[in-house]
Amino acid sequence: MNETSRPIRVLGVGLEIAVPIAVLAVWALLSAESTNFYFPPLVDIFRAFGDTWLFERVGTDVLPSLGRLFTGYAIAVVSAVVIGVALGSSRTLGRMVDPVVQFLRAIPAPVLIPAGILLLGVGSGMKVALIAFVCVFPVLLNTIDGVAGVDPSLRETARSFQIPWRERLFRVVLPSASPQIFAGARISLSLAVIMMVVSEMVGSTNGIGYFVLQSQRTYAITEMWAGIFLLAILGYVLNVLFLLVERRVLRWHRGARAGAG
Amino acid sequence: MLRVENLRKVYQEGTKRAFEACADLTFEVKERELVCIVGPSGAGKTTLLKMIAGLLTPTSGVVYLDDEKVTGPPEKMALVFQDYSRSLYPWMTVEENVAFPLKHRKLGKAETSELIRDTLQSVGLAGAGKKYPWQLSGGMQQRVAIARALAYQPEILLMDEPFASVDAQTRADLEDLVLELRARYGVTVVFVTHDIDESVYLSDRVIVLTPSPTRVQEIVDVPLPRPRDQVETKELAEFSHLRAYVWRSIKRPETADVPA
Repeated sequence: MNETSRPIRVLGVGLEIAVPIAVLAVWALLSAESTNFYFPPLVDIFRAFGDTWLFERVGTDVLPSLGRLFTGYAIAVVSAVVIGVALGSSRTLGRMVDPVVQFLRAIPAPVLIPAGILLLGVGSGMKVALIAFVCVFPVLLNTIDGVAGVDPSLRETARSFQIPWRERLFRVVLPSASPQIFAGARISLSLAVIMMVVSEMVGSTNGIGYFVLQSQRTYAITEMWAGIFLLAILGYVLNVLFLLVERRVLRWHRGARAGAG
Repeated sequence: MLRVENLRKVYQEGTKRAFEACADLTFEVKERELVCIVGPSGAGKTTLLKMIAGLLTPTSGVVYLDDEKVTGPPEKMALVFQDYSRSLYPWMTVEENVAFPLKHRKLGKAETSELIRDTLQSVGLAGAGKKYPWQLSGGMQQRVAIARALAYQPEILLMDEPFASVDAQTRADLEDLVLELRARYGVTVVFVTHDIDESVYLSDRVIVLTPSPTRVQEIVDVPLPRPRDQVETKELAEFSHLRAYVWRSIKRPETADVPA
């Protein structure tokens, strides 16, 4: 349990909020008089942000981007867990497939974009497929590890009580592997954002990545910065949401670890 | 009730690393009997228990439970493992842990929850049902494991050094709990331990094992009066005598059958 006293906690939270605000304030002050075309005043960027993202381009760029992101991510997590459980449950199978997994994982995903365009065109399908491809590996490898590492005593207990395999899978194996699965899923989430942007910069007619590149090409530099801001906020919010879910689902894990100490 | 016949277990048989854990074990446990299995550490006690539980296939020999050959975990049997922290599921509450093995039993909802409440109460954990195992002390966690085994309504309870990792006072309490629960539920108990005092205090009979490859060194009757009491029973001259006897039996050097 966290034994930090209340005043110190309040101070901590206060600083967490104050520091970013201070950074922005300094930036705004330093850039206020800026006449540099490439580094417009922060206030201008904010204005462009408001004009662009609230809420004019939400439907045309933000939603398509988010749609691809979540579809690709969901496909990746679900298939990685399914395959990971299979590979983690059988040592032989795991060993057989491991070289292939390691080989595929070694491919830097952006290099697949040309091939993706050839095979799937420039539509959302290609982007979703690439996001899914990138996101599969962290979850897959962690699931294999987590499933293979389920404590033999926990398995034997379930077996001695004649728990059917379905129950064993959903109430013993998956929960036991869930801390590792979540760790992988968190890495995948940030990879998904990167891959979304990259794929939208190459062959696309909409999306946040497309917007940023297009702004730069048409010398709409404030809009470009506004797009980068949006991506930063998006990444931040996604991570916070992820942590909230994780904290709920893995409550037992934190408790058990604290209790074991 | 339980018959173990010429049980033998060789790990990795046919390889250079072949290891004979159990050589030849034969004994019987009668209905409602409490039998302790003691032996020096590394004597293949856990191996034996896993074979009885149907979790491990013997190399040769047979385990019979009520004249039926054991080939997998029998439904009439429940296990309490040594390491409670690794046999209770930390993502389930105490209640869920106890309920988990009951799910596929055809019991009504009301019946199930009554069973859970009763067993938790009988191990002294009424009111702890909504807690998680890791919120409880070691002794209480082992009580949960015992409650889970009892709720399964077994005819025979196997316990593998269940109190090896709790402090002495808790251990004494849990020993008395086992005696009390056996009297109440009429369950047959096979209790593996390396603690000689514990084995004599609990048992109707003590089965003494040799070091591995394990055989039955000797079976000792324990005619101490029941109900037993941690102070009074252990004060009896008969208790000291039996304790010393079992002790010598374990320490007796193996003469016959030294493996090559």
